[in-house]
Amino acid sequence: MAKFKKKTKTNQDIPTSALPDIIFMLLFFFMVTTVLRETTINVLQRIPKATELRKLQRKSLVSYLYMGKPRNTSMFGDEPKLQANDVFIEVNDVIMWVEKEKAKLDEVERDQITIAFKVDEEVKMGLVSDVQMELRKANARKLMYSTPQRMEE
Amino acid sequence: MARSKRGATEINSSSMADIAFLLLIFFLVTTTIANDKGLTLQLPPNPEDIEDIDIKIPERNIFKILINSSDRLMVENEPLEDVRLIREMIKEFVLNNGVNPELSDSPKEAIVSIKTNRGTSYKRFIEVYNEVQGAYYDMYAARAGVTNTKWREIASNTSDPDNKRIYQEARKDFPMQISIAEPNKASN
Repeated sequence: MAKFKKKTKTNQDIPTSALPDIIFMLLFFFMVTTVLRETTINVLQRIPKATELRKLQRKSLVSYLYMGKPRNTSMFGDEPKLQANDVFIEVNDVIMWVEKEKAKLDEVERDQITIAFKVDEEVKMGLVSDVQMELRKANARKLMYSTPQRMEE
Repeated sequence: MARSKRGATEINSSSMADIAFLLLIFFLVTTTIANDKGLTLQLPPNPEDIEDIDIKIPERNIFKILINSSDRLMVENEPLEDVRLIREMIKEFVLNNGVNPELSDSPKEAIVSIKTNRGTSYKRFIEVYNEVQGAYYDMYAARAGVTNTKWREIASNTSDPDNKRIYQEARKDFPMQISIAEPNKASN
């Protein structure tokens, strides 16, 4: 058997010089696919799930409105509130808020603004429909109830 | 000059991977994957801009869904427990084409009306609205000869000319008319 024994001089180390490149690739993937959360959400968000979802085409046209009970109930009470960007707003401020959001967009795209609702499951439809009424008055008629995907049982 | 000949000076790059890992973990922790999916809805115009004309729509062309403040359902004047039954009921209603005198004349004239109470929970509303949208997406998908999921992909991306053609063909004379009525003020 000794006959077949050959001295192997090949290097058995795996070259690790490409490792940083691989990690960088992963890093860039995550940097591109994720967005930093811009606002701190001060309302409870247990959003009901749905199955028939559609994807938004243009993220830049979307403005978010949050509704739910305030997280800090000792300071803001436990009635459901409306949050836009970082602050609580009242229902009659919605028109003004929409105008501000529209002003951020290009002039040609202003009519295509989409309002995405992120609403807690316990919020009553009274508040939701009041806001919808204001949106109709503000001529921001594209609406989306933002919900996570429900898996079919 | 003599010095450089002795050996190429090299920066030790073995810690590069560690630095990249650190950055990677930072981004993993601080970011949330954006969720930009949901149920879409087109609101009607400003009520002040609409002329006040009373249009009479025959009873048979309206599919009425009422939800009261304790989240109970009334569909076509009959109580209903299981939300998932709505989907088949709507399909039957829309695709009736005048056969059953209780159901719609044609898909073009069929209207699904959802009326909530101010005390209805958002959760219930989403459940019902999801089924209504699902029924329509199922019917469009059947017309276009694709699956429901594929149809929603097509409808979400109509900038592609192929998708646009399929989308318009399936929706021709088959509008999705969902009316969300102003909720009742009384807490019944």
